[in-house]
Amino acid sequence: MIETRGLCKVFHDKKRGAIRAVENVSFVCKPGQIYGLLGANGAGKTTTLRMLATILEPTDGTAVVCGHDVVDEPDKVRANVGFLSAATALYPRLTSREMVEYFGRLNGLDEGTLKKRVDEIFSRLDMNSFRDRRCDKLSTGMKQKTSIARTLIHDPQVMIFDEPTLGLDIMTARTIIDFIRECRQRGKTVIFSTHVMSEVEKLCDVVGIIESGKLLAEGSLGELRDHYSQHDLEEIFVRVVGLYQGSPEA
Amino acid sequence: MNLAAVAVVYRKELTEWLRDRRTLISTVLVPLLAFPILMVGITALATVMIGNAEREIPKIMILGGEDSPQLLERLHKLDKLEVVPYAVNWKDQISNKDIRAAVVIPKGFQAALAEGIAQTVNIYFYQGELKSSFGADHLQKAVEEYRDSVIKDRLAARNVPASVLTPFAVKQENVAPPEKVGGASIGGFIGYAVILLCLTGAMYPAIDLTAGEKERGTIETILSSPISRLDLVIGKFLLVFSASLASAILSVTSMGLSFAFLGHSHLMQSSGEQSLNLNLGFTSVVAVFCMALPLAVLFSAVLMTIALFAKTYKEAQSYLTPLTFLVVIPAVASVMPGVELTPKLALIPVLNTSLVCKEIITGTYHWNSIVLIFASTCLYALAAIFLAVKMFQREDVLFRS
Repeated sequence: MIETRGLCKVFHDKKRGAIRAVENVSFVCKPGQIYGLLGANGAGKTTTLRMLATILEPTDGTAVVCGHDVVDEPDKVRANVGFLSAATALYPRLTSREMVEYFGRLNGLDEGTLKKRVDEIFSRLDMNSFRDRRCDKLSTGMKQKTSIARTLIHDPQVMIFDEPTLGLDIMTARTIIDFIRECRQRGKTVIFSTHVMSEVEKLCDVVGIIESGKLLAEGSLGELRDHYSQHDLEEIFVRVVGLYQGSPEA
Repeated sequence: MNLAAVAVVYRKELTEWLRDRRTLISTVLVPLLAFPILMVGITALATVMIGNAEREIPKIMILGGEDSPQLLERLHKLDKLEVVPYAVNWKDQISNKDIRAAVVIPKGFQAALAEGIAQTVNIYFYQGELKSSFGADHLQKAVEEYRDSVIKDRLAARNVPASVLTPFAVKQENVAPPEKVGGASIGGFIGYAVILLCLTGAMYPAIDLTAGEKERGTIETILSSPISRLDLVIGKFLLVFSASLASAILSVTSMGLSFAFLGHSHLMQSSGEQSLNLNLGFTSVVAVFCMALPLAVLFSAVLMTIALFAKTYKEAQSYLTPLTFLVVIPAVASVMPGVELTPKLALIPVLNTSLVCKEIITGTYHWNSIVLIFASTCLYALAAIFLAVKMFQREDVLFRS
């Protein structure tokens, strides 16, 4: 379970001064549910998810992930989270297996459990053919599978995906989408950020529309369609953002 | 601090480091090969050059001397010199290397000599040119031998024994043990080399583990794991420190082997030089390493802290290049003659270690200075580690855009 309460993040820039990247964002994401954070580039999606993964510390407000506060118990939060984004790369000089084992050890798994988990995940994701190949020699699809295995090794209850399909071809993106669905089936709490409407329509149980760091609208796809009297999600998104920006399109 | 987590990070960094050709070259290959190639190569080259110069029979020119047949005859008899006929442009011929040297015998030299009037015989050569120097040396020797024979004849004519000129002999003898002799000749250089190699050995791993991680996009991956920033920094730091030490140990070992090889090889003997006594005491070398340890810690932590600011490998390299000068200047200053260790200098990092290494190698152990330098460098090193940990906790440094 994820619960954010008035989450804020302010960055300081010498030229531009204080930049409010995330402002008073509150939402709840329950186990067995996929929460989609929908927003344009620079809307505050990545900053929000980085705060949930405790990579960044909130300037104000907080979030509770699996019963642990992101400010007070960041280590415990990370132990319960699997974080995957377009920016989470692999160590090029490690093999696929070494990469996954490294993160298993960092998560405190003993060698026996680790071996069992690695064998299980590598078989499930069909990775045995390249398990001892260096990450810099892997194809994009193999890299994504290794990243998925890395996030799964400690069997986290919460999965955070920050634009995980960015720049991927259709087949590789499909692997990720299937994996996110599987996480929901296994009862995990899933939060997923994207600006691709079709992915949200395919996956999300709850959608939050974010713009300029503010959560402007939230609800299931059906609720949003009813509220804005629009079927097309893209139209709903444009309307919500337009209303906030005072655009005539809204 | 969780030691198990630190060990996991260290093991992973070591695996990656051993697979990285770039850092392996800078940390292992360069320190291992630089000294043998430089020292053996330069000595071999010098030997060949000197040998060639020695084998040549230098062409020389004699100016004047028609009225001084004795000296003229001696010079013409020398089989190590080839006398060429006089030419007006003899100075140009020396500069153009057509002839190697020229000797000018003053007019009426022999007659003046018989009357006991002091004369000067001038020898002209091309300064800095090896073959010209050899030619001039042969001429000088021949003229001096003639002078000695004149003195001998004069003494004999007066029935005075030749020993009157040397009533007693003066002889210098070394009493210092061989390791001290070796230390005095290269003591400063050893300290300088160890310090510099501690820095260069740590530089590339420090960049790779910080800016390199940012550039490759793995920083976000590792920060999403449960490891604490402190454990992460310490694990990374230990690898950089290991690389620094490995580099220094390999370089000193290679330097020692090169000196030993040169000392016993035909290269030194054939060039006519006395073999260098470079038998450094094992205890002194170990003591130098002990003094370099806190400095290696300091370098590793400072390099990591600075490199972490950079977004890319290249940017980090441009930040760290000026640091090399900051280290080289005090290290070189300590090698200068006359720079001695004082309580004030003992507090200046790098310079203090370099100076104390020089003293240790030459066999001098001032324990007060050693303790002060070790303690102060440890203190600086701890401060640098603390700073590195703080930097790893700063979001604006980790995610600088």
